[in-house]
Amino acid sequence: MPMIELRNVSKWYGSFQVLDDCTTSVGKGEVVVVCGPSGSGKSTLIKAVNGLEPFQKGEIVVNGVSVGDPKTDLPKLRAHIGMVFQNFELFPHMSITRNLTLGQVKVLGRSQEEAEAKGMKLLDRVGLLSQKDKFPGQLSGGQQQRVAIARALSMDPIAMLFDEPTSALDPEMINEVLDVMVELAREGMTMMVVTHEMGFARKVAHRVVFMDHGQIVEDCTKDEFFGSVRSERAQTFLSKILHH
Amino acid sequence: MDWKVLLEQAPSGGMTYLGWLWSGLFWTLAVSLCAWVIAFSVGSVVGVARTVPLRVPRAVATAYVELFRNIPLLVQMFLWYFVMPELVPKAWGDWLKQDMPNLLTLPFAAQFSLWEFTAAVLCLGLYTASRVAEQVRSGIQSLSVGQTNAGLAMGLTLPQVYRHVTLPMAYRIVIPPMTSEFLTIFKNSSTALTIGVLELTAQSRQISEYTFKTFEAFTAATLIYIVITMTVIFAMRALESRVAVPGYIAQGGGR
Amino acid sequence: MLEFDWGVIWKYRESLWDGMLTSLQLFAIALAGGIFFGTLLALARLAPWKLVSVPAAGFVNLIRSIPFIMAIFWFYFLTPVIVSKFTGQQGEAVGPFTSAVVAFIMVESAYYSEIVRAGIQSIPRGQPAAAYALGLNYWQSMGHVVLPQAFRNMLPVMLTQAVILFQDTSLVYVVALKDFLGAASKAGQLTGRIVELYIFVAVVFFILCFLASHAVKRLQARLAAGR
Repeated sequence: MPMIELRNVSKWYGSFQVLDDCTTSVGKGEVVVVCGPSGSGKSTLIKAVNGLEPFQKGEIVVNGVSVGDPKTDLPKLRAHIGMVFQNFELFPHMSITRNLTLGQVKVLGRSQEEAEAKGMKLLDRVGLLSQKDKFPGQLSGGQQQRVAIARALSMDPIAMLFDEPTSALDPEMINEVLDVMVELAREGMTMMVVTHEMGFARKVAHRVVFMDHGQIVEDCTKDEFFGSVRSERAQTFLSKILHH
Repeated sequence: MDWKVLLEQAPSGGMTYLGWLWSGLFWTLAVSLCAWVIAFSVGSVVGVARTVPLRVPRAVATAYVELFRNIPLLVQMFLWYFVMPELVPKAWGDWLKQDMPNLLTLPFAAQFSLWEFTAAVLCLGLYTASRVAEQVRSGIQSLSVGQTNAGLAMGLTLPQVYRHVTLPMAYRIVIPPMTSEFLTIFKNSSTALTIGVLELTAQSRQISEYTFKTFEAFTAATLIYIVITMTVIFAMRALESRVAVPGYIAQGGGR
Repeated sequence: MLEFDWGVIWKYRESLWDGMLTSLQLFAIALAGGIFFGTLLALARLAPWKLVSVPAAGFVNLIRSIPFIMAIFWFYFLTPVIVSKFTGQQGEAVGPFTSAVVAFIMVESAYYSEIVRAGIQSIPRGQPAAAYALGLNYWQSMGHVVLPQAFRNMLPVMLTQAVILFQDTSLVYVVALKDFLGAASKAGQLTGRIVELYIFVAVVFFILCFLASHAVKRLQARLAAGR
């Protein structure tokens, strides 16, 4: 059974359809990269996975739990799925340490000491232990995103969702974030990653999903995708982003 | 509940109690609109003056805003009505207090004189001007300096830059806050009842004192206030969309 | 032109001081109550449940579309009626001060709820989204993530509103409560020295409000710099 499964998911904003009958899945330990032009619905799709974006039709099942079911305890489900945002979304009024411990204490019910120990271990892992007492505004974008990854990991997630984690970063900071993500993928973390970083996809992705106009146009293995891209739309897209 | 009481003959003015309410509404609107003319024109001048790169106009405008914003409206009302006539030469003061025409002859007969009305309009107008000025100033300052520089770089003079570049954009931006300033003046006009202007709130209280039907009298006045407020809000929304600049969204939506 | 006699202020210093104390008392209670109930109202308005959000929005819009004085009259009339209904006591048991306090808390909570709501909405949507993504629920995400940031953003506006509230306390004059302005008015009637007394009231209000609003401006600049 796949860890994340989407079946015929559709979503409308008023009369505008943002997701059109999307079906795909992410198996345990699998890394799936979702790409596509802006406005293609990929951000909406990934936010639907942990219920941040409601959808009107279809079904999303995560670890055996239906996301769209009104009876589902969404906070409980989300506690086990890490998410990393385009704009980091660290809480600016809390120190790095508190950012790392908030969810652990309030949601998982860990003690402050336990949460801090866990947080510091992860902060060390992303190479930022020395920054633990600073506030988000005092860190660079790349550092903030690494903290955000550590924050997501502190909840011991069974899967991680990345929503364009490097697109708000200056070019020289992109690699420090991608390195952390590559390492995570190699450790066998289940990951769904919306990104334009095709280098990352080549390195660690198992499958690539290509979206356009709210539809999933391609859903194939990495080798198939980069070997002989079948759809014309995906080809145009790839030639555009690979040229810079 | 006894709504029929509003249709009974009132003890004065030769009208029903409902007539008293209409008369009150008339004076509320008269005070508000006259005061708004003062508030908008004085406020615009003061607001622009606060942004120009000249020291004296800026200092005068700042002093104006500070003075009128930091004294309660009700106290200002008393200063205009009770204190001002005592500070001018005696003959003038007496004229203001005694010889200004009574408004009984007008339609919607009022039992107060033109002096009460004038004092209320001056007070509300000049007080609200200080608030309008702040809105105009912040509207102008919300535009990027680049806009002014681009205008100056084209060879426009500073007044031309204000006339063609800054103000057309600034006034569009300040339509929503201006709407709420107008609604503020409309609501604040009830302060005039303290110096004897029989506007809507005063009339509803007068009805309650004569008939002891307080609930009905207050509800009727409250409904009238709500209807006017809604009308103004819808009218200003229509104006806002008529003058909207295509592609320019004041507030970012974000996904 | 008349001769000024400023001695009248010294003569009535005690009743003026008592009036000022009444004003300050009303101000403090209305401020605390307004912020507390205003926050609850804002949360209710933004809650995802219509049964809660619609009545809250209705109350706020109602209060905001009538004059402050009309609202004072309303609660001055309603408070004794409601109190006697619930306690069985005579309506007269509720003094004018209590009625005025209720009126001010109600009106200010409507005004403050709009400030709090704007503050909450000024927080980028990614923030609650990130909190939800961590598994926090609505109240936790409000309490730990959104409100602390919102209150910091709102602080200058809230303090500015407090200065306005202090000025508005003078409106209790309409229900004959002896606040600072009421005390001056009374002394003016007794002595005929209305000019001196009203000018004195204006000067005192001006000094207090001018200093307070400048302190708010300095705080605002410091908060902006600290960002």
